[in-house]
Amino acid sequence: MSEQAHATTATYLRIAAILVMITLIEVGIFYVPTFQTVLVPVLLVLSAVKFALVVMFYMHLKFDNRFFAFLFGGPLLLALVVVVSLLLIFYGAVRLRTGV
Amino acid sequence: MTHGSTHAREAEGGAHRTSMGVDSRKMAFWAFIGSECLLFGSLIATYLVYKGRSLVGPYPHEILNIPFTSFSTFDLLMSSLAMVLALAAVQRGDMKQGKLWLLVTALLGLVFLGGQYWEFSHFVHEGLGLTTNLFGSTFYVLTGTHGAHVTVGVIWLLTLWIQALRGKLGPQQALTVEITGLYWHFVDVVWIVIFTVVYLIQ
Repeated sequence: MSEQAHATTATYLRIAAILVMITLIEVGIFYVPTFQTVLVPVLLVLSAVKFALVVMFYMHLKFDNRFFAFLFGGPLLLALVVVVSLLLIFYGAVRLRTGV
Repeated sequence: MTHGSTHAREAEGGAHRTSMGVDSRKMAFWAFIGSECLLFGSLIATYLVYKGRSLVGPYPHEILNIPFTSFSTFDLLMSSLAMVLALAAVQRGDMKQGKLWLLVTALLGLVFLGGQYWEFSHFVHEGLGLTTNLFGSTFYVLTGTHGAHVTVGVIWLLTLWIQALRGKLGPQQALTVEITGLYWHFVDVVWIVIFTVVYLIQ
């Protein structure tokens, strides 16, 4: 599990270009009425792609020791579970109270 | 620690390998970033739970400025690029480029903070305070905590830049720059989530 060589400058520039393009797409679809029905899932996927690109290439998790991925991925997964659980608990409670 | 291992540690720029073969400072910092995931996870969850529950305005769709925040997002993404270029320069011993990119990263961070100051001032002027409604409370706490992290990052980057100007930062301290970069990129990924969850999904 030794640490490997990091990405090159060209890779960093390509990743930056991809990140900017994804951001433009995000903002673009926000203004297009046609996409309003699928806006939330599309935005979440695009955001996740941007998140993964920064973590893998700029934070070097793709090239670094896998133990670091465990140290970051474990709490990240736990945070996601907390977010989803709170939303389910809260909206479940609201639905029980209102009957809607 | 033996005398020999102390010398080996100094040769690596203060790095200390653990029995797992990873640097202890880097391992501790990844653990810290993991804990930060939980902090921001709880703040984002709080924002989402109270989303659309405000009884009085201003409401998000009335005051959030997407073009302006898109520029802030672009600014922070470019600062992440500048940060990796700074690290790459320091690692290859090109301190002229290293100093330049460290300063660019800090300046882009300052631009982001200036934008956040303008945004907050504008919102307060529009009648959205910390206690105005649930949106105001959760929005200011979430984005304010992120802004505080950016502020710490800018101070950290400027400290490194000053060290580099004094000739106290070189390839031997590349790990210090890498850890600073980890913090800065984490601040960037948190903003990626905030931009989507708070600004684009209204």
